[in-house]
Amino acid sequence: MKISFKINGDQKTIDVDPNMPLLWVVRDELNLKATKYGCGKGMCGACSLHVDGKLHRSCSYPVKFAEGKAITTLEGLSKNENDLHPVQQAWIDENVPQCGYCQPGFMMAAAKLLQEIPNPTTEDIKQNISNICRCGTQPRIIKAIKRAAELNNAKTS
Amino acid sequence: MINLNKVKLFIFVFFAVALYSFSSLEYKDNDSKADKSLEAFQTVLEVLRSPRCMNCHPSNDVPKVGDDRHAHLFGVVRGADDHAGPVQMCSTCHQDENNEYSLVPGAPHWGLAPKSMGWEGLTDAELGAVLLDTTMNGNRSPEDLVKHMSEDALVLWAWEPGGERSTPPVPLNEFKAALRTWLDNGAKVPE
Repeated sequence: MKISFKINGDQKTIDVDPNMPLLWVVRDELNLKATKYGCGKGMCGACSLHVDGKLHRSCSYPVKFAEGKAITTLEGLSKNENDLHPVQQAWIDENVPQCGYCQPGFMMAAAKLLQEIPNPTTEDIKQNISNICRCGTQPRIIKAIKRAAELNNAKTS
Repeated sequence: MINLNKVKLFIFVFFAVALYSFSSLEYKDNDSKADKSLEAFQTVLEVLRSPRCMNCHPSNDVPKVGDDRHAHLFGVVRGADDHAGPVQMCSTCHQDENNEYSLVPGAPHWGLAPKSMGWEGLTDAELGAVLLDTTMNGNRSPEDLVKHMSEDALVLWAWEPGGERSTPPVPLNEFKAALRTWLDNGAKVPE
C-alpha cells in the first residue's frame, strides 16, 4: 500500500505493509537511524517521535495512520548542527548520554514537554516523561531539560 | 314493572367494577413493565461492572488495566480532557485498533470516561442514578445512553478486546436486548 507523509519537512511516499510499525519505516525504509527499537511494546520510549506535533511510540504506530501527516524525528528537530534545538544543545551541555541508546526518545519527549510546559519542575518532568534509561542518566536528563528550558526562554525573549 | 332505582344501581355498580378492573389492570401492567425494566437493568449492570467497562470508568484519575484492575503503568493519569497528557497522551501508545506488533490495545477515541461517570464503588441505585443524570452523563437521554452503549466503537471493543483479555460476562446480542428491554419498559433504575 502506498502511503504519503512529510518527514522532517520532506514529502515521502512509501509502498509497504500498512500495518508496518512506523519505527521500521523510519529506520529501514528512510534510513533515519536516530529513532531506536527498545522494547517493541510501547513501554520504554526509545522509539518516540512526533506525528503532527504529538508524541508517539513509533513501535506501536502502524504507518497507515501516518497518511497525510507530518513526522518529526530527532534528525529533524533542528535545521542543522549550527542551529541546534535547545534540547539538543542542553544534552551536549550537560553531557547526558552514557550508552546513548535511549536518548533520542528522551529528547523527543523532552521537546514535547517544553512545548506544553515551558518551565517544568522536576516533578513535571518525572510525571510527564515515562521513558526508561537503564544506564541511570535520569538525573542528568532532568538537569538538561531545565537547561533546555533556559535556552528556549533566552531564544524567545 | 321495572324498578328504575334498581336499574340505576345496577348500571352504577357495573361501571364502578369495570373502571376498577381496568385501572387495576393498567396498574398491574405498569408494575410488570417496571419489573421488566429493572430486571434488564441488572443484566446491563453485569456488563458495566466488568473490567472491560470499569477500567475506563474509574472514580479517581487513574486508568485501570487487566482483569485484576491494577493501576495503569507509567503513572498515567486522567489529564485535562480524559485522554492523559499533556505530553504523553493515550494516543502516544494507543491507536484506533489493537496493535498486532506491540500488542498494545486500541480502539477509536481511546481514553477515560469523564470523571462524573466514574462507577467504582457505587451501589446499583447510585450507578443507575448517575447513568440517568444528564448533568453527569454528558446530557444523554435514556435513548442516547442505549445508542452509546450499543453502537460506540470503544464500547463494542469490549467484546472483541483481542489477546487474552476477558470479555464482559453477557454476550453482546444479549446486552443489546437487555438495553432495549430496559429502555422500552421505562428505563427504570433501582431506588
